[in-house]
Amino acid sequence: MLDILASLNQIQSRKRSLESLVADTINGIRSGDEFNIFLDIYEDNSLAKAVEIDIKIEQGTAGKLAGCIIAVKDNICVSGQKLTCGSKALEKYITPYSATVIKKLEDEDAIVIGKTNMDEFAMGSSNEHSYFGPVRNPDAPDRVPGGSSGGSAAAVAGNFVPVSLGSDTGGSIRQPAAFCGICGMKPSYGRVSRYGLTAFASSFDQIGPMARTVDDISLILEVISGYDPADSTSIRADVPEYSAEIMNEQKDMTIGIPKEFFNEELDSEIRNAIESKIEQLASDGTRIEEISLPHITCSAAVYYILGNAEASSNLARYDGIRYGCCAENAEELEAVYSKSRAEGFGEEVKRRIILGTYVLSAGYYEEYYGKAQMVRKMIAEELNDTFNKVDFIISPVTPTPPFRLGEKTDEPLNMYLNDIFTIPANLAGLPALSVPCGTTSGRLPVGLQIMGRYCDDLSVLKLGKLIERYNK
Amino acid sequence: MYIPVIGIETHVQLKTETKIFCGCANRYGNAPNTLVCPVCLGLPGTLPVLNEYAVELAVKTASALGCTISNKSVFARKNYFYPDLPKGYQISQYDEPMAKDGWLRLSGHRTEKKIRISRIHLEEDAGKMLHPEGNIEISESRIDLNRCGVPLVEIVTEPDIGSPQEAYEYLSRLRQILLYIGVSDCSMEEGSLRCDANISMKIKGSDLMGQRTELKNLNSFKFVKKALEFEINRQSELLSNGEKVIPETLAWDETLSGIVKLRSKETSEDYRYFPEPDLIQLTLKDQDIKRIRSELPELPDQKRERFISDYGIPENNAAALTSTIELAEYFEEAASHCTDNKKLSDWILSEILNILRENRVSIKEFRISPEKTAGLVELIGSGRISGRIAKDLFREMVRSGNSAEKILSDSGLELISDPVDLEKIIEDVLGSSPEEVLSYKNGNVKIIGFLIGKAMKETNGKADPVLLNKIMKEKLDNCT
Repeated sequence: MLDILASLNQIQSRKRSLESLVADTINGIRSGDEFNIFLDIYEDNSLAKAVEIDIKIEQGTAGKLAGCIIAVKDNICVSGQKLTCGSKALEKYITPYSATVIKKLEDEDAIVIGKTNMDEFAMGSSNEHSYFGPVRNPDAPDRVPGGSSGGSAAAVAGNFVPVSLGSDTGGSIRQPAAFCGICGMKPSYGRVSRYGLTAFASSFDQIGPMARTVDDISLILEVISGYDPADSTSIRADVPEYSAEIMNEQKDMTIGIPKEFFNEELDSEIRNAIESKIEQLASDGTRIEEISLPHITCSAAVYYILGNAEASSNLARYDGIRYGCCAENAEELEAVYSKSRAEGFGEEVKRRIILGTYVLSAGYYEEYYGKAQMVRKMIAEELNDTFNKVDFIISPVTPTPPFRLGEKTDEPLNMYLNDIFTIPANLAGLPALSVPCGTTSGRLPVGLQIMGRYCDDLSVLKLGKLIERYNK
Repeated sequence: MYIPVIGIETHVQLKTETKIFCGCANRYGNAPNTLVCPVCLGLPGTLPVLNEYAVELAVKTASALGCTISNKSVFARKNYFYPDLPKGYQISQYDEPMAKDGWLRLSGHRTEKKIRISRIHLEEDAGKMLHPEGNIEISESRIDLNRCGVPLVEIVTEPDIGSPQEAYEYLSRLRQILLYIGVSDCSMEEGSLRCDANISMKIKGSDLMGQRTELKNLNSFKFVKKALEFEINRQSELLSNGEKVIPETLAWDETLSGIVKLRSKETSEDYRYFPEPDLIQLTLKDQDIKRIRSELPELPDQKRERFISDYGIPENNAAALTSTIELAEYFEEAASHCTDNKKLSDWILSEILNILRENRVSIKEFRISPEKTAGLVELIGSGRISGRIAKDLFREMVRSGNSAEKILSDSGLELISDPVDLEKIIEDVLGSSPEEVLSYKNGNVKIIGFLIGKAMKETNGKADPVLLNKIMKEKLDNCT
């Protein structure tokens, strides 16, 4: 399977038809059924679109993503298609509209090939919390691909598609990217429209690309970014031409290494992999500074209070009244709610709704939500202050390599700790990229995270490209 | 001696083209579920976008009610489950509302008391449920989501209202102002103005507040009054029997002429308010607040004062004429064609309002133009017609739509005010009434009334009464 840039080249120079590429891609996806990556494949639609785009290419009117085939996490709306969010609650739900990112991609003639599996409502770090069963890691089929965008990561890592869209609330793009040995970008908050992304925790959620190269990430990000009047939290800043700008190498920079991230819980092989990249950067003349972010250790606590609070409200609409899973044996209104939600939601989702409801309840609000808001602000300030001294913060993406299926499902707290390196970027709205950083001795992928200044997604991509080059 | 302490919350639908967070039309009376889109249906992935015009109307409302408007306010989610609430939360404002500390003067008089308004905030309306009870066409409950996302302002008073009558006056005045500034239709029938009341009793002179209950389902100002009266009696009786008032939510039931319990406050819901993360903070610049304030039309109080000073009419008339902006405009337009403002105002407030009531039309639909009304009042003032004839003339104007002048010249209803014509008629009357003339001569001056009546009869009431009186007296005194 070619990367997007190579594939675009082939299709747009008409070395092969998009129709045949789509047909091959669909065959490829079908051959990988055992990984349980795809929840829906848009065979007829994709082939029909491919024929149209082939004609456009011939006429020279095709968009810049003509030839790009993309898989989309199943919490992003594609008009007229199912939107399950990995949940029984929405098993049969069909959305009547497309997300802004989908429109932008389709305007450039990208083809959405289908929907990828995910942790239910994007809640999870292993993709084991999907109503449609777990996804297997293509690099190590007995292990998890990470989550919640596990399907999107595996689709790219398994070479089924060159690129996919995921969503990242506390690390849900970067962690599976690291577990699957690919690149995954969480853009600055507001950079990419959330319109059409099923909300988990609105003030954290961002859609982002997952691909095998930083070049491909840049190209997709460039297309999906930008102010959207339909999303009041999207930002009005101009979008650089990432794919072209990224060719200008990032030079003369200072990189901060937060000592709080390199503690004894970090897997030693991951630590070695990251440190060897830092050494390489240093030997190329990059200034490396050890920094301290004392409040960052509260990140997970803050995140699981605020994120679940927002989630408890965002998921209230799945009540069985208008659409989605509705219990049949409910006699009264109250029972329609409780039974439909009891049947529709999985354990992890229920756990988070209960936690979120609790922290917002009268008498507890100040103690939990109020305090967490305050600490979130402190962490964001701490990070932003740090970026007055350093240009980037480099860290691991995960404390451990991908774990085995079933290994952590009984330990939700332990599972939550998987996100400790990725959460701060969501708390502060910063851009963060996960790039491959070699493998462990057991040939398991390791990821390296680059966090950058708010709204300077470009520099993060540039540094990512530099580190990517060290891998070769 | 217990006295009532009442506070009122009013929900007012704002008259915008589109809903508060999406592009759907804000309209009443469409077929169910036809004014909806993914956003107001709360479908997965949708996001609200604030309608700036709704903000403008809310600021207008707050300005007209003398509120301090915040430069920064925050939308919050009010979380609760109900089938007419598709998102499972209502986007509202909570601890940082748009406006605070306003006031409203009761009734149209300068001396009346002020009711303080504690806050005004902006929020979205929910949908509507239709239940089989009282609705024979349906066999199950149904939901109409057309109303979802219609912009609302909630106006909350301090507990300053001291009686059901004051509550009635507060609401009437509030409605008057809202109609003046044109932010809402304020139709209780269509639900564009809805109110709830909180009520408790306290001992006169004491600061100690009693337990309060909340009254809902107050579908007209009259019901508000009735429900409050009922509840005051109920609470007073409880307290004087040494019993306690239980904090609960009650509803007025017009068919029962009584209240029914909706839910007790102890089990009342915890709305788990928190800042709405899908919207940014609402920022209002001073210059915009100033602009909106400066664009406010003249409000009822100001207009009333101006009517008193500019037109020299009594306060009562001024208050009545300014009760609606349409009536005030009618008066002002007519006054520009009229020399006697007092008579004009009397005429409008008695004759015109009567006929409007009779025909159930509004002043806007009234077929006699202000100019024609002015013409009629001028005619009366000139002495060319009597007050009695003026009323007939007016009926004819309403019927035909013609001007008073035209009807007068066509019908010959005009007063006979030519002294020569009148003299002739009087001479005839005197000639045919020798006994009465003699009686007058003998000192019975009151008999003149009989003679004038006779002359009036001769003229079918068209004789100018003043002139008739004068000439009659002269004739009687001069004839020997």
